[in-house]
Order: sequence, then C-alpha cells, then structure tokens
Amino acid sequence: MFDVNEIRKDFPMLKNKMQNHDLIYFDNAATSLKPTCVIKAINDYYLKYCANAHRGDYDIAHKVDEEYENGRNIVAKFINANPNEIVFTSGTTMGLNIVAYGLMDKINEGDEILITEAEHASNVLPWFKIAKEKNAIIKYIPLTKEGKLTPDSLKNTLSNKTKVVAIAHVSNVLGYVVDAKTLAKLTHQYGAYFVLDAAQSAPHLKLDVKDIDADFVCFSGHKMLGPTGIGVLYGKYKLLKEMDPLMSGGGMNTRFDMCGDVGLQIPPLKFEAGTQNIEGVIGLSSAIKYLEKIGMNNIEEYEKELKKYAVEKLKKLDNVIIYNENSESGIITFNIKDVFAQDAGSYFNSKGIAVRTGLHCAKILVNFLHTEATVRASLYFYNTKEEIDAFVEACKSGGDFLDAFFA
Amino acid sequence: MHFSLSPEMMREIIMDHYTNPRNKREVDDKNYQTIYMDSTSCIDKIYVQVLIKDNILVDVVWHGIGCAISSASTSIMSELLKGKTVDEANNILKNYFAMIDEKDFDENVLDEAVVFINTSRQPARIKCATIGYRGVDKILKGDKDNG
Repeated sequence: MFDVNEIRKDFPMLKNKMQNHDLIYFDNAATSLKPTCVIKAINDYYLKYCANAHRGDYDIAHKVDEEYENGRNIVAKFINANPNEIVFTSGTTMGLNIVAYGLMDKINEGDEILITEAEHASNVLPWFKIAKEKNAIIKYIPLTKEGKLTPDSLKNTLSNKTKVVAIAHVSNVLGYVVDAKTLAKLTHQYGAYFVLDAAQSAPHLKLDVKDIDADFVCFSGHKMLGPTGIGVLYGKYKLLKEMDPLMSGGGMNTRFDMCGDVGLQIPPLKFEAGTQNIEGVIGLSSAIKYLEKIGMNNIEEYEKELKKYAVEKLKKLDNVIIYNENSESGIITFNIKDVFAQDAGSYFNSKGIAVRTGLHCAKILVNFLHTEATVRASLYFYNTKEEIDAFVEACKSGGDFLDAFFA
Repeated sequence: MHFSLSPEMMREIIMDHYTNPRNKREVDDKNYQTIYMDSTSCIDKIYVQVLIKDNILVDVVWHGIGCAISSASTSIMSELLKGKTVDEANNILKNYFAMIDEKDFDENVLDEAVVFINTSRQPARIKCATIGYRGVDKILKGDKDNG
C-alpha cells in the first residue's frame, strides 16, 4: 500500500482553504485534483516545445508528434488495448456521441438499444437521438431494488432485436460496479454491440478492455488526475474502421477534391479532425504514469477501505439516510434528514467540505430513489480517514444548516 | 430598523417561510403571467405567476421545488410585491439585488427580505436567493421566454 500523507504532498490544491477551513475535497466523481507532475507536463509543453502535431518538419514539432503518439501508447497500455484502437476525444460525452453516431448505419427501424435508468445524460441523450433518427426503440434494463444492474436482468431484456447495450461500468450516482465481462458476453450472444461508459471506473480500478471484450469504452481525463477537455474512446479496430466519423476536417482525410470526393485516414486519426488537445494528451499521459506508479489495484483497495470506514461511521448517526451503503466504489449518496440536499451542500461548504448535490445528471433515477435530490460525497485515493472524521462530525449537526449563513 | 433583527430572528423568519410558504399555489388563469425559472447549476425549479392590473401587482404566487433559500426568499418576495405598483416593485427588486451584491440599499423597502443579507457568505446560493426576484424582473421587463 502507499503512504497517503506522502501522496497528498503531490497535490497543491490540498494546501488550500475553503471558508477558512482546510479544504476537504469529496467531489471526485465530478472531477479530480491534479498532481504537480501533470501541471508541470502541461507547462513544459507551452514553455519548451509549443507546436502543432502532425504538421511540422522542425525539431519541436517532431517532439510534439512524439509526445502525442507516445500518449496514445501510454493510454493503450493502461487499458490493455492496441494504440491504433485509441481515439482522443474531449471527454466521455464526445466519445459516446462518436460511438452513437458511428453505429447509426448499423441500426434499423425497430431495433432495440438497451440502457438503464442509472445512466448519466451522456449515455442517454445520444441514444435518444439515434433512436429517433432510425425509429429504433430505447429499452431500460431493470435494476434491482438496490439500484444494481445484474447479468440476469440483462439476460431477460436482451432479444434478437437488441443492437446496442450501453451502460456505465460504475454508476455515477450509486457507485455500483457492474460485471462488465459477463454483460459483454451476454450482449455478444445476441450479436449486439457492448458500449461501456467508464468515466467513473477508469480513474479507480484496473480497466482491461480486452478481458472485458467491450466493443467500445469511453472515459475522461479530468476525473483521473488529467486536465479537462481530454478523453479517450477505445473501439475495436474493425469497428472503428467501419464507422463514419462524427467530425470532419483537417487531419482526418488523406485527400479530397472539389467534386466532394474525400479519402479518409485510417483509425484512429479518422476520428481526430482539427488540431487536437495536445496539452490534454500530454497531461493525461503524465496522469496515467502517476496512477500506474501508485498502482490501480492499490487505489481500488484503499478507496474500498475508506468507503467502508465512512459508511460504518455514518450509519451510527440517526439523521443520515444512505442510499448506497453496499456499493463497492468510493461514492456515498445520502441525505441529512429533513434538509434539502442543496441546503446541506451549502452547510458542508461552510465547513470547507466540497460535495455535490442534486440529481448528478442521472435525472431519471429520481423515480427510483424516491427523493428529489441527494448529496454525493465521492472519494479518491488522496482522501483520508481524518477527512472522513471531520465530514461525519459535520453531518451530526447538519440539521442546523442555516449556520452556513449566520454562524 | 431591520438590522436590529438578530441572527436568531433572521433564521426563524427563513425557517418559517420555508416550512409554511406563503402564496404557494398554482393558478390556472390566462390573465396571470407565468415564468419558469431553473438552472443547470442547481436543482431549484420554480414557477412564478403574477397578475398585473392597472399597473398594480394584484397577485403574486409561486410553486415548484427548491431549497430552503430559494423557497423562503420567493415566499417573502410574494408577500412583499403583492399590491405594489410596477414602479414600486421595480424599486424593491433594485434594492434587493443591491443588498445581495453587498452594495448600498434601502432597507425600508425590503422589510423581511433583509434576512438574506448574508447570502454572499455562500456565493453558490446567490442564484437561489434571487430566483423568484429574477423571475418577476423578467416578467416586468417583458422577457418571459428566457427563464
């Protein structure tokens, strides 16, 4: 295991105060803090070798090409893929939009696209759009009453009409980890495509796309120590080759003439039109190296321990309702009794604690949790038991939420 | 004189309006102007309905889902604006926004609404404390489509 106090020294944000308290950052499912090495890598690009990729014949442009393509290798190794199966995107949302658009030609009237009620908007709305365009049908795989997606449930929903199964590896609201490998296997038995939204899993556990046998996997850099505006789409090479790219422009074609005849690059460049987010790729590469140094299995194990510690302490309070005490990841979804989530959020802010309130974009899930809103505390490997102690103390007096304005 | 309200009294007023909101009902009457206020950054979703006759805000009602701050501020606003002329209402809005922005304002026209004077301590809640006021402002400016 690692020494969390040593790790915390790598994150300059943790030295900051909020409302005159040491910052306790429990909003990691929204975005993560960045270690110094990532900030430095981005700075170095702008300070020492700022040039465009795939364009120049001079030394610094060559260096950019090397760093950019090396980033692809680093990502590929991180998720056990081939570099030519790694498409850089602006984030999970763009990745899922590329996949939905690219699969459009394969979807016919009456075909079924399976999602769940716990999906993030980014894994719902692109499919709504495709379904409308192709007269296909969106079907929801039923969740257990705890909010979990099980292989049995998928098995009972799959049919010969199923073309796509698109689900989150880890739900952003409840934090359950699905058995992606079994779900992919079931999906393939019906000849459908398996799309995995890994936004909440890639930062927290060892992701092996080959072992899962997913057709497409999307995740974001900024939730795993990288900068915003960079993300990854993994796709099986054969499928990437067949897909029409969502974006067109420079860098993705090999030739075109004025009659409209266009030759496209082979994947992954086919999907990377326009000048890419070079600082993003460089920052993400540095972030992945940092994560690998700590070890994804260590990160997963440590977060499980933190979550268990927090749940045990919170359960002793009679004014806290926890909605997902049994989920495996570091997401705690809860409410303070008789306090509207947003009021609780301000109250936590007044104690220097950053949590997220609201519906977390999974607006459909409200019908499921039977509450209008929740508070979400989401942990990462730089959080500590001491921070959880302070958080639990704050929960105790959460009923006095107007203290945020008057104390 | 409102600054003589102790913090305890302010808290009581907010909690009173939150738990017993005034003028909270939906009106199905075409003579009312209705505006829907929500935001991507928070979960408040509030409808404000105003009946204006002969330049007077004859009725101000609201309904929807919101936190204590948005609910209580809209409830207090509905009482404050009801029966005022359009000019008086605009003056109240102007002074309320000034107070929230920590600028000079006339406390005499705001009455109980001064309990929100500390909103800037929690800047993320400024949107909540002004949601109803921004709605009426849009209605008075004839800008209803941009809730």
